[in-house]
Amino acid sequence: MSARRIFARPARFAAIAPYVWMVLFFLVPFGFVLKISLSQTAIAQPPYEPVFDLTAGWTTIRAAFAALGIDNFKLIASDDIYVFAYLRSLTVAVTATALLLLIGYPIAYGMARLPKRWQAMAMVLVIVPFWTSFLIRIYAWINILQHDGLLNQILLALHLVSQPVVWLSTDTAMYIGIVYSYLPFMILPLYATLAKMEPALEEAASDLGAPPWQVFWLVTFPLSLPGVGAGVLLCFIPIVGEFVIPDLLAGSNSLMIGQTLWLEFFTNKDWPVASSAAIVLLVVLLLPLLLYERLQRRQLEER
Amino acid sequence: MTDELPRTDAVANAAGEMHPAAGEPLLRIEGVAKTFGTFRAVDGVSLDIKAGEFFALLGPSGCGKTTLLRMLAGFEAPDEGRILLGGKDIAQALPHERPINMMFQNYALFPHLSVRDNIAFGLKRARLARADIATRVAEMVALVKLDGLEKRKPDQLSGGQRQRVALARALARRPQLLLLDEPLAALDKKLRENTQGELMQLQRRLGMTFIIVTHDQEEAMTMADRIGVMNAGKLAQVAGPRELYEAPRSRWIAEFVGDINLFDAESKLCDGHRLIIGTRDAGTLVVAAPRQPVGESRFSVAIRPEKVKLSRRGPVSEAGHETAINRLDGVIADICYLGGTTTYKVKLDTGGVVQASVANSARLDVDAYSLNQQIVAWFTPDDCVVLPS
Repeated sequence: MSARRIFARPARFAAIAPYVWMVLFFLVPFGFVLKISLSQTAIAQPPYEPVFDLTAGWTTIRAAFAALGIDNFKLIASDDIYVFAYLRSLTVAVTATALLLLIGYPIAYGMARLPKRWQAMAMVLVIVPFWTSFLIRIYAWINILQHDGLLNQILLALHLVSQPVVWLSTDTAMYIGIVYSYLPFMILPLYATLAKMEPALEEAASDLGAPPWQVFWLVTFPLSLPGVGAGVLLCFIPIVGEFVIPDLLAGSNSLMIGQTLWLEFFTNKDWPVASSAAIVLLVVLLLPLLLYERLQRRQLEER
Repeated sequence: MTDELPRTDAVANAAGEMHPAAGEPLLRIEGVAKTFGTFRAVDGVSLDIKAGEFFALLGPSGCGKTTLLRMLAGFEAPDEGRILLGGKDIAQALPHERPINMMFQNYALFPHLSVRDNIAFGLKRARLARADIATRVAEMVALVKLDGLEKRKPDQLSGGQRQRVALARALARRPQLLLLDEPLAALDKKLRENTQGELMQLQRRLGMTFIIVTHDQEEAMTMADRIGVMNAGKLAQVAGPRELYEAPRSRWIAEFVGDINLFDAESKLCDGHRLIIGTRDAGTLVVAAPRQPVGESRFSVAIRPEKVKLSRRGPVSEAGHETAINRLDGVIADICYLGGTTTYKVKLDTGGVVQASVANSARLDVDAYSLNQQIVAWFTPDDCVVLPS
């Protein structure tokens, strides 16, 4: 057997592996969810019908197919609760992502300009919160933000406020929690692009007469756009579906789609509607991904 | 030495140009020093550069030449000293405030901008009218022969084309002073030689002042009117190429610029305008007395390999005579054929080794010397230099 063949086989397998993974852990479960979303609620085990029983014979399966329908999607489209939940999710995600970019960019930029030996240290500092469980960190925020929590104690001690401020169960608390939790996901891709940017490019811009703010807007920022795109996607997509942070830190007067989903699934036991909501969410999230991909492809084609 | 060519209107009209007073140098560097931590990168450099001059800063890596250039561009601020451009101290001015442009070592072209936008970048910052920018860009594109490539991005260009874009971009603002940081280091040999010629032509045509940093002594000698050799943060010598090569001021410079044979002196005897020097490795040598008397106790006699002649018997000469010739007997120990020249290493009977570089002026050299052949290496007193060790 030639050397080429020996190496060709594992290489071919490695190329197939991601597709196998996608089919097994994404497409198959997605098929289940899609099927449930087209079913009807029932007081049964499982709580929907029709149920496909492959042993029941061909006609029963045909009848089960005929019983599928898009009623749940119509319900979601017509019911304000869902529309508002989607809109709120998108608003929260856009606002939080913008805040993350505004806070994360200067941090990443500062890190990339640190002397080399300090950069590794800064990186560790960004990642170190991951050593503690996510839930524990959110509960810690409850502790800080509650009526007699650390934040109010500090504000009172500094005489900045005369009465304790209500932080918990507000959108502010939720944004604090989201920005805090997702900041590393914004910083790391930005830092990676900024750190590998040639410093001579900024010097060249400055040499050609650009004052510092123009150096940033005309050279540094455009060249960091791939990092901005990656950071924005890494934050935006999970924030849209975020459940834990709004549930623990925000008030209950308006829900994000993740919370609505949870309610439908566990409280109302309405699996079909919950599944439809999940499918719509997926479609909503695919849009920015497709847009990003198309932009990247156009950039490649321009070269 | 410099060709007197009129400066073009384009340059004379450059916006905001500072005109040095008559007789004043365009650029005056006064006692400039820069320390990084405990490392003194540039250690008290003073230098005048005339308008229209092509000046080269030459030195080994780490000698401070790049730091000095970066201080001229404004990327580093000197700790001591002044940098006067047209009489005005710019040492603390920011890079974007200086009428100086730089061509970077790896070109530093903006990868997200086309060739045209790269060249126009500096013009837009100068708030030129749109039509003027278009004209100037077209002018620059023609100047560096990049026609038809205006819409390309830097990564669609060859190394030589990128070098041209970098040059056009730096020239577009018509700077009073153009700094070039190892501008040809990334090009292959043939292209580098062609580009050297083009750079020289361009500099003469535009009448601009160029300061180039290089570690390649041949490049510096080819292009520059004057060369400043730097070593350990100091300017070791500032001179024209010929003077630098033929009359180096120290042993270090002589060894850095080109090849040289050095013989440590042990005794000296003055005899009119000649010195009779006893050396350990090459016996007694007769040398033309240098203009400055040799004060140091330790010095050496230096001779360039191409000034050492070889022959089977050697010329007739009397040691005491006015036109005495230095004759060294030995055998050929090594032959290195280089195409245009051949370098012979001659092992002297007195113990030393002398290198001789001989031009291969005939294609069929049936009379060429062979290994271990008895030979006489000879040279005149005028071809030797006395250098302090």
